[in-house]
Amino acid sequence: MATKPIEKDTNVFVTGNEVVAWAALAADAQIMYGYPITPQNEIMHYWTRLAPKYERRFLQTEDELSAGFTTCGGVMTGTRAFTATAGPGTILMQEPITMAEMMRIPLVVVVQQRGGPSTATVIYSQQEVNLCCYGGNGEGFRVVYSTAGHQDLYDYTIKAFNTAWKYQIPTIVLGDGYQAKMREAVTMYDPASRGIEMEPTKAFVGAEGCPGVDREPRFYRNTYNTEEELLDVVGDLKAHYDSFKDEVVEYEDSDIDDAEIIVVGHGVVSRACKEAVKALRQAGYKVGYFRPITLRPFPQKQLAAAAEGKKAILAVESALGQMKRLITDGLYGMTVPIEEYFKPGKGVSSQELVEKVKSMLD
Amino acid sequence: MAVELTNVAPAMPACWRKETKTHKFCPGCGHGIVLKALGEAIDELGIQDRVIFTVDIGCCLLAIDFFNVDTVQTHHGRTNAVCTGIKRATPDKICIAYMGDGGGYAIGSQHLVNAAARNEKITSILVNNTNYGMTGGQMAPTTLPGQKTETSPYGRSVEQQGEPTHGPEMIAAMAGEGAYVARGTVAKPKVLKKYFKKALQAQMDGSGFAFVEALSTCPTNWATNAKKTWAFLEGPMAEEYPTGEFKVPGEGGKAE
Repeated sequence: MATKPIEKDTNVFVTGNEVVAWAALAADAQIMYGYPITPQNEIMHYWTRLAPKYERRFLQTEDELSAGFTTCGGVMTGTRAFTATAGPGTILMQEPITMAEMMRIPLVVVVQQRGGPSTATVIYSQQEVNLCCYGGNGEGFRVVYSTAGHQDLYDYTIKAFNTAWKYQIPTIVLGDGYQAKMREAVTMYDPASRGIEMEPTKAFVGAEGCPGVDREPRFYRNTYNTEEELLDVVGDLKAHYDSFKDEVVEYEDSDIDDAEIIVVGHGVVSRACKEAVKALRQAGYKVGYFRPITLRPFPQKQLAAAAEGKKAILAVESALGQMKRLITDGLYGMTVPIEEYFKPGKGVSSQELVEKVKSMLD
Repeated sequence: MAVELTNVAPAMPACWRKETKTHKFCPGCGHGIVLKALGEAIDELGIQDRVIFTVDIGCCLLAIDFFNVDTVQTHHGRTNAVCTGIKRATPDKICIAYMGDGGGYAIGSQHLVNAAARNEKITSILVNNTNYGMTGGQMAPTTLPGQKTETSPYGRSVEQQGEPTHGPEMIAAMAGEGAYVARGTVAKPKVLKKYFKKALQAQMDGSGFAFVEALSTCPTNWATNAKKTWAFLEGPMAEEYPTGEFKVPGEGGKAE
């Protein structure tokens, strides 16, 4: 009988992909379905090495469509399951994610962003925000956690399973190639030791009893016949999403009150933002920091409150405004100017942000 | 003495969901015969409580509530993938994927081919009616040479569009030991039922991937009356697509 993968707190210095594999094990995920794409491959590499030791399973599929749809199938049996992908794989993953949105399947997807458009680079970017938040032919009924580092990858991979199963919503852990590949210190723990109870899973299909004899059969469809019917279905999905989004929304901020400028960044870029704000404060500049942790739902009210009366917002991202569009939408009606610091496919350092903010204030 | 017709219950398989009959397929459509053969196979094997049915998009989606078994509608072409995911997570269930020729041989061909290559322990059933029925009668991978459809209005050109796809032949050539592969026809429902039983038995025995193509009819899009519908099924279709078992666990197998 396999023991718990993580019994007591364990401090390690590992890559982010390894962290995700361990977190999924600790979260009691039973099966991973996946297809190779850089920079997420090592999630599968570590999972396939660890899984048999803990009686977990893995299926390598023929593409990301299959990875997503097999995961949907596995989840519908009441099995905690997940997949991971990146870049062009995230495009293919949109199709299964939309099925999960429509049928409220607790699909968990880890995305390690790489450069785009097209094949681009296998290295790093923040250009999969549009896809992860609003990809697909639908309304973006998903939860997207943007992680900033390895402790986040561990914490939010575990949390993603609970969010997905608690609210029956597809949930994405949005990392990137830097987080995937770099080594960093992280504390791995048994979720129970932090008072985290894993949300119980529920079988959509294959429950006890003979359908039609002992119980009603269950039919799960995603096709509807009329405009009126679909209007009701999507209305229900929206009502459900709205009912939990305030509970799920997460953000981090500092130095807001007397700030003249708020620096906003998500994911690994938020670390440069945080460090820049710290340095600027030490130099006497009145600058604040805001990081949306959930990109979907977006912490709109919280950012609006932070931005009230400020001289400007500085939107910083490794993309050409994918996060900024979320900000603009969230702050509609406010007159605070939004300055841009965009580097698609390239990292951002705190030093360059310090210079940028100084140029705005001096 | 006249028979009181209203008192004669049609012979329905026990696992059929009577509340959803009569079914939603067009008059003359072969799906009803395929699903009757499948229902009888499920009954005779006594597996209704273990079956999970997955249906593709296309006319197959109308089978969403056809049986008293848990059923999942997937996306166009993705049924073998969803079915595989279910089976991998719960190997004790008997998982059936139900799709058309477009779903299996065109948009979802990678899932069919790779499920066969991995010898997934699922039963995949593909209904071949030589066209895309639900979308209004376009050319399918299975459209016969010269056959007119909405997207081959002058007849399918082999030079332009290639030869029709022969699925069971392809799957039999690549599937591993223990796989079961057959092609039946709604013109011979008892034989079709036999194939379904063997395809389900292969899964129950865990021997390998099971694939059955069923030749079927589409009078709506073929624009044929009953006589011409049957003549096409038993004539040109049967000629192009030989029925029989192409691979039987432990036996190999060949077309009739």
